[in-house]
Amino acid sequence: MAKALNVNPNRMELSRLKKRVIVAKRGHKLLKDKQDALIKEFLQKAREVKALREDVERDLELCYGSFRTARAQTLPSMIEQSLLLAGGAASVRVSHHNVMSVNIPKFSLPERPVQLSYGLASSPGSLDVALERFSLVIRRLVDLAAAEKGLKLMALEIERTRRRVNALEHVMIPSFTDAVRSISMKLEENERSVLSRLMVVKEIVRAH
Amino acid sequence: MYKIGVIGDKDSVLGFKAVGFDVFAARDAAEAGKILKEKASQNYAVIYITERMAAGAAGAIDAYKEAMFPAVIPIPGNEGALGLGMMNVKKSVERAIGADILFDN
Repeated sequence: MAKALNVNPNRMELSRLKKRVIVAKRGHKLLKDKQDALIKEFLQKAREVKALREDVERDLELCYGSFRTARAQTLPSMIEQSLLLAGGAASVRVSHHNVMSVNIPKFSLPERPVQLSYGLASSPGSLDVALERFSLVIRRLVDLAAAEKGLKLMALEIERTRRRVNALEHVMIPSFTDAVRSISMKLEENERSVLSRLMVVKEIVRAH
Repeated sequence: MYKIGVIGDKDSVLGFKAVGFDVFAARDAAEAGKILKEKASQNYAVIYITERMAAGAAGAIDAYKEAMFPAVIPIPGNEGALGLGMMNVKKSVERAIGADILFDN
């Protein structure tokens, strides 16, 4: 229930409130449009993320599987030794694009061949296979990270926007219109009382 | 340029080391949370965390959900997918739409 505004019933206040109602309605419409557009975009993205995640999870499973095979074929310490010297530091380039004032991150891995920096003689061949699989999956893993982050940020923005829309629709606009009505009623009442007072005074004056 | 990190149990994360991600092995979820807090301020764009660790370190992960960086993303670990990552997507949808309309199962 909208709380009645505590305002002075005068014309100044009335015109001020009327303007605020107009602004609030305009804002409400804009925010509602923003919300609708966000939700549309969000649903599309959510579907993509779901498919991508299913895909990546399946591929990672395969990666772990072939990695397990490699581990089984040799001593764990040998694998650790082989991977001690990692194939350089991977880094991502980050860019943003703006969807309805939400900054969606976009990560891109620079093209870089995986360097296998271990002796081929002392490591099982299945390790090469496993790492090959890993290097294929990471690109999509990075895409997934960007998409999921974007999705989360959009969800938060949608929530915020919805709260604003509701606040305008159910609290601000009703309380403004209530106030406008009560002020104009009060003003009319004043007018009537002035009129009737004048009539009484006129009657008294005429009687003399 | 931003870095990519992976937090998880030793067996799961070893493979990521070879492709050049920064790997941090954690023995349990508490340690994973601590590592995450430590690394979050160090120019990481993405920090992957295995689902098993993520389940226990939910508090630490939630702290970064509104920030642009780092994106903390749960991935399945060595023991296979636990469905936690998918759960996150589902939760996002529920928050935004109010009802779950994508995962009708």
